[in-house]
Amino acid sequence: MRWIWIDKFVEFHSGKCAVAVKNVTLAEEHLHDHFPGFPVMPETLCIEAMAQTSGILVGEANRFEEKVILAKITKCVFFDYVKPGDTIKLDATIESITPEAASTSGKITCGEKLIAEIDLMFSHIDQNLAGKEFPEENFVFTDTFKSLLRGLSSGDGSSGTLESGAD
Amino acid sequence: MAMSRDEIFQEVQEVLVDALGVEDDEVTTEATLMGDLGAESIDFLDIVFRLEKAFGIKIPREELFPAESLMNNPDFVSNGKLTEIGLAELRDKVPHTDFSTFENDPDINKLGDLFTVGAIINYVETKLAAA
Repeated sequence: MRWIWIDKFVEFHSGKCAVAVKNVTLAEEHLHDHFPGFPVMPETLCIEAMAQTSGILVGEANRFEEKVILAKITKCVFFDYVKPGDTIKLDATIESITPEAASTSGKITCGEKLIAEIDLMFSHIDQNLAGKEFPEENFVFTDTFKSLLRGLSSGDGSSGTLESGAD
Repeated sequence: MAMSRDEIFQEVQEVLVDALGVEDDEVTTEATLMGDLGAESIDFLDIVFRLEKAFGIKIPREELFPAESLMNNPDFVSNGKLTEIGLAELRDKVPHTDFSTFENDPDINKLGDLFTVGAIINYVETKLAAA
């Protein structure tokens, strides 16, 4: 299993907001245990999917030069289940961003149905842990994540500064 | 029109309820952010973000919660306590805080106790007056 919980970005406005989608399928092993006879996407993984959507948005705002770590789940409310066959849409918006950290708000929907509201905070760890040192390379944004942005031109054509992620 | 202290308190209370997941009545002016309200380091940034939004002010890094940069400076800290210079520096940086108890035993572990809800209200009040 790969630790990637979104399938692609459908919108990306650099430094502002992004929309990703995920298709949920019964081929995902864990759904058979969560729960036997009643497969639903674990809410923890919905949070992870939102963290990946928002985290990439925050990382891209600084051209992936910062290591962006999920630091706090500020708010998280679930209204409905996510089931196999569902396509969920993850909407993320940057609320504040500074050299040390960023806060985001987010919504998961399935069609017209609101699934969850998830607000998060991210830390730029090199700026933020009292001089503690981390490896040079950006272990957060691996090629797997960057590949999600490949081929995506900038949102509405006016607001994006996306590179093609050709590394 | 300028906000009254009571209005500022209500707004700060709302910010802290949202940022820390505490109840309204826990947020009194004497409550300490770390000890009483359970704030951790990332919460301080969250609080700063929310205060900026709530009051339409800009809060420069370290201005509201300057403890970290202070503690990493050997001139300011010796044997786990703030030195005279350190205390002076702190007083200078956070004029919105009451130091009367802390000065008798400036143990850096007690620095967190200085950050009370009242100190935030003082800070916002000064900031709004200057705007």
